[in-house]
Amino acid sequence: MNMAVRTPDPKKMIKGATGDWEVIIGLEVHAQVTSNAKLFSGASAVFGAEPNMHVSLVDAAMPGMLPVINEECVAQAIRTGLGLKAAINLYSVFDRKNYFYPDLPQGYQISQYKQPIVGEGKVLLDMPEGVVEIGIERLHLEQDAGKSIHDQHPTMSFVDLNRSGVALMEIVSKPDLRSSEEVKAYLAKLRTILRYLGTCDGNMEEGSMRADINVSVRKPGEPLGTRCEIKNVNSMRFAAQAVEYEARRQIGIIEDGGEIDQETRLYDPGKGETRSMRSKEEAHDYRYFPDPDLLPLELDPAWVKSLEADLPELPDEKKARFVADYGITPYDAMVLTLERASADYYEQVAKSRDGKAVANFMINELFGRLNKDGKGIETSPVSPAQLGAIVDLIGDGTISGKIAKDLFEIVYTEGGDPKALVEERGLKQVTDTGAIEKAVDEVIAANPDKAEQAKAKPTLSGWFVGQVMKATGGKANPQAVNDLVKRKLGIE
Amino acid sequence: MSVDTATVRRVARLARIKVTDDEAERMTNELNSILGFVEQLNEVDVAGVEPMTSVVSVKMRRRQDVVTDGEDAVAVTVNAPVSEDHFFLVPKVVE
Amino acid sequence: MTDLTALTLAEARDALKAKTFTAVELTDAYIAAMEKARVLNAYVAETPDKACDMAKASDARIAAGKAGALEGLPLGIKDLYATKGVHTQACSHILDGFKPTYESTVSANLWADGAVMLGKLNMDEFAMGSSNETSHYGAVINPWRRNGSDVNLVPGGSSGGSAAAVAARLCLGATATDTGGSIRQPAAFTGTTGIKPTYGRCSRWGLVAFASSLDQAGPIARDVRDAAILLKSMASVDLKDTTSVDMPVPDYEAAIGKSVKGLRIGIPKEYRLDGMPAEIDALWQKGIDILREAGAEIVNISLPHTKYALPAYYIVAPAEASSNLARYDGVRYGLRVPGSDIVDMYENTRAAGFGAEVKRRILIGTYVLSAGYYDAYYLRAQKVRTLIKRDFETVYAEGVDAILTPATPSAAFGIGEKADADPVEMYLNDVFTVTVNMAGLPGLAVPAGLSAEGLPLGLQLIGRPFDEETLFTLGAAIEKAVGTFSPAKWW
Repeated sequence: MNMAVRTPDPKKMIKGATGDWEVIIGLEVHAQVTSNAKLFSGASAVFGAEPNMHVSLVDAAMPGMLPVINEECVAQAIRTGLGLKAAINLYSVFDRKNYFYPDLPQGYQISQYKQPIVGEGKVLLDMPEGVVEIGIERLHLEQDAGKSIHDQHPTMSFVDLNRSGVALMEIVSKPDLRSSEEVKAYLAKLRTILRYLGTCDGNMEEGSMRADINVSVRKPGEPLGTRCEIKNVNSMRFAAQAVEYEARRQIGIIEDGGEIDQETRLYDPGKGETRSMRSKEEAHDYRYFPDPDLLPLELDPAWVKSLEADLPELPDEKKARFVADYGITPYDAMVLTLERASADYYEQVAKSRDGKAVANFMINELFGRLNKDGKGIETSPVSPAQLGAIVDLIGDGTISGKIAKDLFEIVYTEGGDPKALVEERGLKQVTDTGAIEKAVDEVIAANPDKAEQAKAKPTLSGWFVGQVMKATGGKANPQAVNDLVKRKLGIE
Repeated sequence: MSVDTATVRRVARLARIKVTDDEAERMTNELNSILGFVEQLNEVDVAGVEPMTSVVSVKMRRRQDVVTDGEDAVAVTVNAPVSEDHFFLVPKVVE
Repeated sequence: MTDLTALTLAEARDALKAKTFTAVELTDAYIAAMEKARVLNAYVAETPDKACDMAKASDARIAAGKAGALEGLPLGIKDLYATKGVHTQACSHILDGFKPTYESTVSANLWADGAVMLGKLNMDEFAMGSSNETSHYGAVINPWRRNGSDVNLVPGGSSGGSAAAVAARLCLGATATDTGGSIRQPAAFTGTTGIKPTYGRCSRWGLVAFASSLDQAGPIARDVRDAAILLKSMASVDLKDTTSVDMPVPDYEAAIGKSVKGLRIGIPKEYRLDGMPAEIDALWQKGIDILREAGAEIVNISLPHTKYALPAYYIVAPAEASSNLARYDGVRYGLRVPGSDIVDMYENTRAAGFGAEVKRRILIGTYVLSAGYYDAYYLRAQKVRTLIKRDFETVYAEGVDAILTPATPSAAFGIGEKADADPVEMYLNDVFTVTVNMAGLPGLAVPAGLSAEGLPLGLQLIGRPFDEETLFTLGAAIEKAVGTFSPAKWW
């Protein structure tokens, strides 16, 4: 175990009455494997169906039913392990974790306890202060449970097994995180990696990614404190809130002379607090043992190699390449590579253009506009070709930056060929000096007092430029206007 | 090793089997008899011996990622003691 | 017409092929025999209507020249096998009313070959027992009685219903299962032939699980040939069972009548137990003599870890069972006894639904897997299991083709005779058979004589993995020398 080796950073600490406290956080993320069928049965793994429709007799644990492993789920776990730069274990074992619960039909969950399929790896976080490395302890495959619905009946719970047996990857981090910001960044980065790999859709609302968060606090340099586990957090925002609350709760208790009970807690987003799960009062004794219905999972190294060869470029590599190839800032590269689709979009546009200009326009205009509509890049009304055309029109001076925004809005809402639109709607930048000169002369003639003042106070020339731009409907080339105003006012 | 009645009760609780005082008493004796019998395994030198993971030496077969099953909620719930709208019903679970 | 139930499965098969009688006539004869034998309590569910329908369909197929390998042959099915729409409860109260919507792979194989289902056979609850006395449906009575006695004896277990039904001619053959001796011990107690094939030879899909790493399906039959015919149909490669082995199923019947000349038969010294009845020892010697005279080479061998098989078994099997039986929780099928909350419902249901022996094994299994005890019990037992298997591998590597031992340490005992005994005393019934399950090997029990009291006694032949054929060859040789045994009808 990596016993929290990071150098304590005062900026990340929480101030208590007795001084600074370091927050130690480790995460267990349950990510649903993207697959057609479940981990050990042929029932559909797709979310959303009538009750008990996506359930085979294996998932319902009918007498005499046996699990048979889905090869694609194994492949997905391997891909994820490789994406986390982790060791792939060629020999792993499925164990039974025994406990009774109505949404656990077998009375045990098939999981991997002592010998997981993936060993140690890492995730890099882009934090304001620089790159932070978070260690991955392990990744293992296991079955999801079904779902109990408690609000349908005064005395009964309703059990639906559609989720029962869906493949999950449990990704366990080392206790390397130190703040709620890092928790958010870690979850976001993990989600990005999984989505790049296509091994999990990262849809937290549908429960495709859930986190159990282990939190403890200590004075810098002291041994690790007692930790509490916050179960089943299903949004990045809630995860950050839960960590903040929980750390402060623990600090409060210790500073009041109390002790932390090692326990499982739940985050209540409505109240913004964590509370103890009292119903789990009984000490668990899961009686893990190797599942005798399954044999050990032995992987062919050649198969692992072929999966590795087929891996897509991952966000960190892509980011580095964008910085190197397109000359954009690491921050812009990070934003552009957050989603594989955005990165692909960017590359399509930037391939034969000024990468910086494309990055600026995408981040400021396209992302801003999509965000406003709650749209993803996949459903962007502006295609890479259209966006590229707009950037080209700015680049060759056909339109001004300001007009480009208007043109973008037209293309976004109405569609069409940007080049043709510029012609049709007369959005072309006026570069004809004769026309500009005429406008400048008119403005000066109409404001003789200001023209006089400007000779003494050259900064006033800006006012004239603005007036001329206004008079030309923003289409005049701003540089040409500027030059002419200065010359005519005689303040060169 | 031997067990006492409290251990038998704890184990019965883990196994979700209600036991009466008499049963706990009787089972304690029976379990101790069995545990006494298996005690002889301690005579065996198992140093360096791998525990058996599978009695046949074959590679685990895998299924393809194809939906071949499910889509029949009636077959799943037809034997249920209590069900409604293809849900299983159980006494309310408090979280 | 002579009593059709007197024919062996092979004889009935040939007669049906020759159109000497019809499948319906044969089935009717069995239905009548079952009705007259209800006192034996061998069947827990009779399915005469289904049997008649299947027999009619068989006759049609025979007429059309499309007969399968088991066309029109009436069989009994152990209640552990899931049979679609038919009583399947592993003879437990906890599966009350359960009718699966699916058919086990093994029984489906039999129906695909044209066999006819007569009903479901009694067994020890969840196959846990050696006398068939733990069944929720009551004990099975062995059709055999001691000379001049009317004391009811056990048929052995857990496949007691299967063995009794075959011995009493209530079916041509029966399916059974064997986790620690549950085919071979009842076969020995009833003068029938039973084989537990190599682990992985028959699919476990649709068999109510007891101990997954040990459970294996197999037949109980009138004689060695019938057992070979049945196993040929039961065995298959099943994609639904990861532990089923991908090997072609040979024609086992062809192994019968082959010469045993030159086969090396191992006689393990560790099976000569202190206090073993002299007639068991004599029976064993008789088997040795028969095989030697038939040309086999007899060699003394040692399987040093034999005595640890039973204690290791009583850790591994209950541990797996405690987990396999967790699904019986009153939620999705079977019995539910209400409770004040969910935990109370579980505890009430499982307290009422499981019998004493099942509870005992669940508790032992839960205990040996619980925190702090896993290494001392379960892990150690699995290491011992490795050593037990290694013992066999060593002698096979030295050229031994099969091993001959007694099947049981005694003949059948009286019903209720061991009711108050220590549970371990009952467990000792499996002392000769359990090693075979622990090592995953095939084992055949074949009757070899009668005790002084007139009860059948059996020998066990243990083979190399997937070499069931040699066992059939050797079993047939013993059978040829001693003949077959039938109980005098008293019911």
